Amino acid sequence: MTEPLLDIRNLSVSFATESGPVTAVQDVSLSVAQGEIVSVVGESGSGKSLSLLSVLGLHDPRNTTVGGTVTFRGQSLLDLPPKQMRHLRGRDIAFISQDPMTALTPVYSIGDQIAEQIRAHERITAWAAQARAVQLLADVGIFAPADTAKRYPHQLSGGMRQRAVIAMAVSCNPALLIADEPTTALDTTVQAQVLDLLRKLRTDYGSAIVLITHDMGVVAEMADKVVVMYAGRVVESGPAAEVFTNPLHPYTWGLLGSIPPLTGTRPRRLPSIPGAPPMVGRVPAGCAFAPRCPARLGVCSTEPPRIGTPGHTALCHLTDSQRATARPTTLESA
Amino acid sequence: MIATILNRLIQMAFVMFGISVLVFLIFFATPGSDPAARIAGRNAAPETVAQIRHDFGFDRPLPVQYALLMKRLFITRDLTSFVNRGQQVIPQVIDAVPATLSLVTGAAILWVLGGIGVGLAAAAMRDTWVDRSLMILALIGISMPVFWLGEVMNLLSQSRFHDTWLFSWVPGLGYVPLTEDPAGWAKALVIPWLTLAVLYIGIYARILRANVIEAYSEDFIRTARAKGLSERRVLIRHAFRTSLLPFVTMFGLDFGALVGGAALLTEVVFGINGVGRLTFQALQNLDLPVILATVMYASFFVVAANAIVDLLYAAIDPRMRT
Ligand SMILES: Nc1ncnc2c1ncn2[C@@H]1O[C@H](COP(=O)(O)OP(=O)(O)OP(=O)(O)O)[C@@H](O)[C@H]1O
Ligand SMILES: [Mg+2]
Repeated sequence: MTEPLLDIRNLSVSFATESGPVTAVQDVSLSVAQGEIVSVVGESGSGKSLSLLSVLGLHDPRNTTVGGTVTFRGQSLLDLPPKQMRHLRGRDIAFISQDPMTALTPVYSIGDQIAEQIRAHERITAWAAQARAVQLLADVGIFAPADTAKRYPHQLSGGMRQRAVIAMAVSCNPALLIADEPTTALDTTVQAQVLDLLRKLRTDYGSAIVLITHDMGVVAEMADKVVVMYAGRVVESGPAAEVFTNPLHPYTWGLLGSIPPLTGTRPRRLPSIPGAPPMVGRVPAGCAFAPRCPARLGVCSTEPPRIGTPGHTALCHLTDSQRATARPTTLESA
Repeated sequence: MIATILNRLIQMAFVMFGISVLVFLIFFATPGSDPAARIAGRNAAPETVAQIRHDFGFDRPLPVQYALLMKRLFITRDLTSFVNRGQQVIPQVIDAVPATLSLVTGAAILWVLGGIGVGLAAAAMRDTWVDRSLMILALIGISMPVFWLGEVMNLLSQSRFHDTWLFSWVPGLGYVPLTEDPAGWAKALVIPWLTLAVLYIGIYARILRANVIEAYSEDFIRTARAKGLSERRVLIRHAFRTSLLPFVTMFGLDFGALVGGAALLTEVVFGINGVGRLTFQALQNLDLPVILATVMYASFFVVAANAIVDLLYAAIDPRMRT
């Protein structure tokens, strides 16, 4: 096996708060190979954005400590000098922020903002950078790209802005694109278009994509690999096909239950996981999911082991036979 | 753009008209007082009062009185002060304007540069000791009364240390016209500029720092960083640029008010015969025509400064363009 493009090992992120340090992300490991789409899923607050932002050094260094190792093309990122990190950002690793409505600086035109990124990494005239910006806008499917480049963020619809943000992210042909819920703020038709666009980027530019989402439907459509996060930890990870056919963790069962079926009669209500995830800093001892788990056992108050095969693991106490009996019943009750 | 400017100018004219009517009513149509007697000043001869009554048309209807007054203010410009034995008012104001403009403009340049410098430095190094000391200095600057600071500066530069190399270049108090002696003009004004600017540097630095730090929590700052821009570029082109609006708003208000006479204390302390000082003296003598003229002049500057700020808004923020 070749070396992965991005390799995150035992990443942890903690904040200094008034009541002492709290750990928001703990022991997160994931790797992304060249050209692969890896999906990071989990409910709101599970630490998805935080993990990947800290990989790029985009967290607030004044109150955040990041531990573990992150390797990109064999280079360790966490102790990279700021200057080198800056050259990497936008050029080798691009980040698409969670909310397209606020991700662009309101006082500059779209074209200027894209050109600014290009010129941060390449020696190129302002005019050529603008021309490239227009071309990029055309590539992401914006009609009248030259016109759009002259417009300001507030003059564009949400879908257009998201496309502009994507155009900006891919402007330097990054090897890795981190897209933080690129479709959450959009309606379903635009959502599908944006996902198509991301897939096209992979085929056209060969970029690997880390796709953060909480929508298992998006995962099913896009991902080669899935990483399920809960309360700041990876509770299950593996190839998408395996996770979908043979989910190991009860939390993943719950997430899968929340996809509307494509065929057959629609259920009256989509099952959802009862309860809410724990707050950062108030994660219970042992398995963090235990309080909400339909297959909870006595041992769940102790630290769960990592089980499964090398490619597909989960953080759970259930044995294979326990899982086989527990899963059908939870599906019925749902 | 031209339409916007024209629109603004017309609006400005209306506001000015409104202010002039208001000022007129306050001074001349207050029930139970005789405006002629007030214009004539204390202990005036009855003939003078009668003369004034006729001149200003106080025996005629209010609109005529208003028109006559405006004519004397703006067209014939022969409004005279009776307290000062027939001195013409308008030339007095016009003479005072360059001094005030010189004082306020110079101070404004200092405080804008100083405010931006200190504010950005503090924001860039927020929560470090540099930030904390800068903000304490700013607070000290804000809380020093300008007349006190002015007197201290005078004490140091005019007497205590005047003979040392430090302040031997400082000329005596007073204003030197720019057209007569540019070097002397600057020398005479350096200390007044600094004195007037200190307060505003403090205020502007603190406000700018707060706005920039607020901007730092916006998503687009994260985008700018994720693009691989340098920290300096993120600060200046993104965080500072988007926090300019409150800064410019305040500047318009402060500049307009100061040129309009609010630099009074500085002018008095440094013996600069500006508009503030003129107004102050007129108030002491109850010299109504001068008060009238300076109030009209001041309102013009406040209104004009605000109109310019409104136009700047559109230049600064595309969302303000309609
Ligand atoms: N500066 C901070 N100080 C304290 N806690 C923080 C800070 N920033 C984030 N957190 C916490 O870290 C946790 C993880 O946040 P994160 O943004 O990664 O969640 P997420 O999985 O991306 O959720 P969403 O789907 O809503 O985007 C949240 O519970 C959040 O409250
Ligand atoms: Mg998030």
